This record gives sequence, structure tokens and C-alpha cells, in this order.
Amino acid sequence: MSSIAKKKGFGATLWDYLTTVDHKKIAVMYLAAGGLFFVIGGIEAMLIRIQLAQPDNDFVSAGLFNEIITMHGTTMIFLAAMPILFGFMNAVMPLQIGARDVAFPFLNSLGFWLFLFGGIFLNLSWFMGGAPDAGWTSYASLSLASPGHGIDFYALGLQIAGAGTYIGGINFLVTIINMRAPGMTYMRMPLFTWTTFVASALILFAFPPLTIGLFFLILDRMFGGNFFDHTMGGNTIIWEHLFWIFGHPEVYILILPAFGIFSEIFALFSRKRLFGYSSMVFATVLIGFLGFMVWAHHMFTVGLGPTANAIFAVATMAIAVPTGMKIFNWLLTIWGGSIKVTTPMLYALGFIPSFVAGGVTGIMQAAAPLDYQLHDSYFIVAHFHYVIVGGVVLAILAAVHLYWPLMFNQMLSEKLGKWTFWFFFIGFHLTFFIQHFLGLMGMPRRVFTFGADQGWDLFNLISSIGAAFMAVGVIILVVNIIITVVKNVPAGNDPWEDGRTLEWAIPQPVPFYNFKQTPLVRGLDTFWIEKQEGNKEGMTYAEPLSDIHMPNNSIIPIVMTFGLFIAAFGALYNGEKDWAIPVIVLGLAITLGSMAVRSIKDDHGFHIHKEDLMNDKGGK
Amino acid sequence: MSHDAQVYVRSQTEFDYIKQKRKKDMRNQVTTFGIMIFLTLISFTAVAAGFSVYLIVPVILLLAAIQVVLQLYYFMHMSEKNHQVVAFFLYSAVLLAFTFILTFLTIIWWG
Repeated sequence: MSSIAKKKGFGATLWDYLTTVDHKKIAVMYLAAGGLFFVIGGIEAMLIRIQLAQPDNDFVSAGLFNEIITMHGTTMIFLAAMPILFGFMNAVMPLQIGARDVAFPFLNSLGFWLFLFGGIFLNLSWFMGGAPDAGWTSYASLSLASPGHGIDFYALGLQIAGAGTYIGGINFLVTIINMRAPGMTYMRMPLFTWTTFVASALILFAFPPLTIGLFFLILDRMFGGNFFDHTMGGNTIIWEHLFWIFGHPEVYILILPAFGIFSEIFALFSRKRLFGYSSMVFATVLIGFLGFMVWAHHMFTVGLGPTANAIFAVATMAIAVPTGMKIFNWLLTIWGGSIKVTTPMLYALGFIPSFVAGGVTGIMQAAAPLDYQLHDSYFIVAHFHYVIVGGVVLAILAAVHLYWPLMFNQMLSEKLGKWTFWFFFIGFHLTFFIQHFLGLMGMPRRVFTFGADQGWDLFNLISSIGAAFMAVGVIILVVNIIITVVKNVPAGNDPWEDGRTLEWAIPQPVPFYNFKQTPLVRGLDTFWIEKQEGNKEGMTYAEPLSDIHMPNNSIIPIVMTFGLFIAAFGALYNGEKDWAIPVIVLGLAITLGSMAVRSIKDDHGFHIHKEDLMNDKGGK
Repeated sequence: MSHDAQVYVRSQTEFDYIKQKRKKDMRNQVTTFGIMIFLTLISFTAVAAGFSVYLIVPVILLLAAIQVVLQLYYFMHMSEKNHQVVAFFLYSAVLLAFTFILTFLTIIWWG
């Protein structure tokens, strides 16, 4: 590694990315793959809105419409929002805590490839006999009756992608617990690190129920099981419980990192310390706990009985308290600050009213009697798009602008960024605000069309026009990215000029070993403290310069994942094709074989020597 | 891990201290082991003696819970220092699992 750096060819670069265990490169891959799925999910959303733009439309058939809504929801949650957030966690969190990488770089790579192959597997359903069509919740009474292989693709694809997420979550937990730089106590961790920590803990506890549920579904559909079949003594409600025990924490897995991103943005661009830091931490942990105690509010109309409904209604309303604390803390962070309205700050300012609106409709639905009216109507669609688009997607777009210079050493155009924001923001409210009223007027969700005499024409048309605005916003963002990448102007260190946390203190482009010497953290917003005290370097060091131990790259993660990918095809055609069982065996043999290779082969990594670090090239 | 790491040699006092501590740990583990065997014997006896099911089931569950705690604290070292994070996650998981089981029992199977 200490040889002279030279420009790599395309093949070498590709090989580098396929085998990399560097958290920064894995972050780029998460961002790219998640971005691709975001566009695919967005196209599906556009198809939905074109179909619903006018009454009695036959742009897509009813069956295809069901496939599109299912894949839109599944893609956006599992393959777009979560991986993109994982990308930012990977890129930023180790730098924020002063670590040289995550705790298990090999597992980090494995997690990414599992997500990608799971996502590809799920989307292959479009070309192999039809996509899943039972909604993203895939309730067992629907999904067991679904003909074709759509649901099988859903169950197997999510099982693979879910394993990747689980591995990623554990990795982040161990990293944050064990690899903080000296002086970085828990109560000095930046909020994005804190929310990553709590979201990872939620992944740790929430994904096992999903895994169990999906295994039951796989067994029921492909291997003759009867877990959800009431005629054979099973119970279809069990799927709903297992799904929502996972599904509710899942939305907090998405929104907590979004809260973290906005907390960073508010402090950075108000040029003030985050107001009420310790209450923010407390609120984050509390939301994490309460997130597990409320899942049955998705099932009020199932018939759980008034006692259960009342308990879950009260628990749900309790979540408004810590969330409200956060909103007030953000407002008080801006209050009296020296505000700079950059693109990320614009997103953050737009986020507060949007998310509060989504939260308020959430409290409305938490009242079980009212939920009987709202259930399965467009009011619900409006609510969860307000929290997920108004919270998570705005955070993702803000973070793309905020962290682009950190990840790629280039600044995205502020001008185009603001155009993206306004198109997206106006489009978002145009699309979803009116859907509240469509719901109150009685329009059920997941219908492929409606009649001209039902009085929903105009509002649906307005909603579709809003969706077009959002699409324009995203297209401007893509253009912005292309222009920035082609121009390739180095942004340099601390590009926003007011960076507060460690990640902005690192020289650009970030060396592959991150920190030449591990920094000493002297307080919350440690980089800000150093700058205030006139430290030109921006860091105080906790150790003398010495050799750095680094892990070796490895192709094994991708091979291991590919085995599971093959085995999934075998499971899919089990009982239908003769080659199904041999293919399962072959796939699992590849996976287990690569695990064996990984276990038996000693891989101690390598050292970057002190002498190489001291010369100009900094060990490259 | 850098190459110039120093090798550390224990002093006599530290050596004595660690020896004493290990002796104490060993005694604790043997005692715990004894208690656990005793608890298991109670469970088996309760079943063999043919008491009412409504007595046996809660008693066995209670003894099982005690055994889990002893196992975690004395054999898996949770009683030692710097295990707060582990303990926190473990108790969180116990709390969540308890909620799920309680809910499944009350609103799926009994209700």
C-alpha cells in the first residue's frame, strides 16, 4: 500500500469497489445503490399518480396497479430510505467518533452486498412472472392466496436484504460502544451518532420478528407449512403482529437518523450549540423504547378488543411527548442563532412544519375510535407520506447536500439545490395535503381507480400534478450531481466554514485510514472548540504518530452473498422444477464454503508504517 | 496495534491481588453451581412428587428465571465491572420479549 499512488484503470477501480472494506467506499456504494432504488420507487410512484390522475382510467390494469403499489412501498422503505441512511451512517459516524473504520469492516461489506443482492432479487420479479401484489405489509390472508411467484420474491428478497441490514446494525452498535476516540464520552457524541446508535439498537430488536415472519411465509408458500392458514390450525393474525412488531420500530429506524441529520444541520447553520443536548439524547432513547410498545395501533380494526386498543392508543400518544421535546429544542437552537440559509438549512426549516403536520395526524389516528373511520383511507396515505417524505426524504435530500463535500470533496451547486428544494417541497405538499381530504371524503387506499361520479376527480388531479413537481425536483438534483461531478472542483476542508464536529476537521480528500493520529475529544462540538481556541490544525491528538493497522480487502462477502442469491432461486421454484433442491444445495454450499474459507484463512491485515505517514504522500 | 507497544510486567502486589480475586471468583462459581443443581433437584422433585400442575408450573418458571440470572451473573461475568451496556441491552431485550409474549398470550390466543 505504501507504493507510489498512480491513476487506476477502470478494471482496477471496479475490483477495488467489489472487494473494499473501507467504510467510506461502502458508504458511496450504499448511496449509489439506494439512489438507484429511490429512482425506481419514484417511477413507480409516478405510474400510480398517472393512473389516479383521472377517473375510470385504464393506464394500468388493476393487477399491475397492485404490483406497482406493493413494489413502491417495499422499494422505498427497504431498498431506498434505509440503505441511503446507512450510506450516511457509514460515511459520517466513524469520522464523528474519531474511529479509523467500523468495528467489523468485513461484515460492513457483507451487509452491503446482502442488501444489494436482496434488492436485485426482489426487482427481478418484474421480469420473471410478476411482482408481489399484496401491499408492502403483505398480510398473510392476501399473500397466501396470491398466485404466481410475486410474494415468493418478496419473502426471499427481504430475507436476504434484511440479513444485510441486521449485520449493519450490529456493526454500528459495536463501533459506537467500542471505538470512540479518547474523551468522546457518550454524552459528548454528536446527535447523528446518537441517533445511529439508537436506530441500530432498534434494528437489533426489530429485525428478528421480521425474519421469523418471513420464514413462516416462505415455509407456508414454498414448503407446505400452515402457520397462517386457519383451516389447518394456523392463525393469520400472527403475521400481522410479527410484521408490525418489526414494522413500527422500522419507521423509527428511518426517522431517528433523519432527526440526527437535522440536529446537525440546525446547530451548524445557526452557528450555535444544539439547544438541550441531553434532553435530545433522552428523547431519542425514549422514542426508541416507546417505538416497541405501540405496534398494535396498526391493527385497531382487527378486533383486538377495547382493552388492548385503549392500551396501545395511550402508548402511541405518549410518543408525542419526546418528539415534541425535539421539535422545541430545534426551534430554540435556531432562536437567536446567526442563521445561514443554505440548501441543507432550507430543508431543515421545511422539515419542521411538514413533520409536525404528519405527527398531528398520527395522534388523530392514535385515538382508536377515530381510527375506525380513518383506517384504510387516503387519510392514512397522507399521514405516512407526511412523516416519511416530510421527515425522512427531506433529511436524505438535506444530507446529500450537506455531506456531499465530505464524501466526494465537491460542493453541489447551492443555486440548483434551492431549486430542487422548492420544486420538491411545493410538490410534496400539493400531492399529499389534499389526500387528507380525499380520505375524509371516503376514498379508500390501494384502489386502482374511482368513478367520475364520486367527486374525487379534482383533488386526485391536483395530487398528481404535485407528484410531477416532486419529479422535477429530483431531476434537477440529478442534473446538479452530474454537473458537480463533471466540474470536479475540490471543496477542501470544512467547506461549510462552521463545522462543529470531528468529521469536518479531517483533511480532504479523507485519507483511507481517516485519522493519522487518533484525536482527543475535549467536549461536545470538539472541532468548534479547537477553532475557537485558534488551533489551526483543528484537532488535538491523543497519541504520538505510530504505525496504523488496516484490514485487507476481500472478495469473500460478494461470493457469500451470491450463494444465498442462487439458493433463493431454488427455494422459489421448490416443488415446481426438478432442479430446485439441487440449486438450493449448490447456493448454500457456496455460502457455507466461503464462510469456511473466511474462518480457516488467517487474515491479519497490514500496517501503514510511521515513515510512510510522515512523508508528503501520507501513506498512500 | 503498533509495533512499539510495551510489554507490561505485573508487580508482586498486583499478582497477589489477582490471585486472591480469582480464588474468590472460583469459590463463587462453585457455590452458584451448587445452588443451581439444588434448584434443578427441587424442580424434578416437584414433578416426581405429583403436586398440582398449578403449583408446579409457576414454581418451575420461577426457578428457571433465577437460574438464568445466576448463569448470566456468575458464569457469563455480568457481575464484573464495565458490563453496563451489555446489561442495558439484555434487560431491554427481556422487557420487549416479555411485552410481546404477554400480548400474544392475551390478545391472540386467550382473547
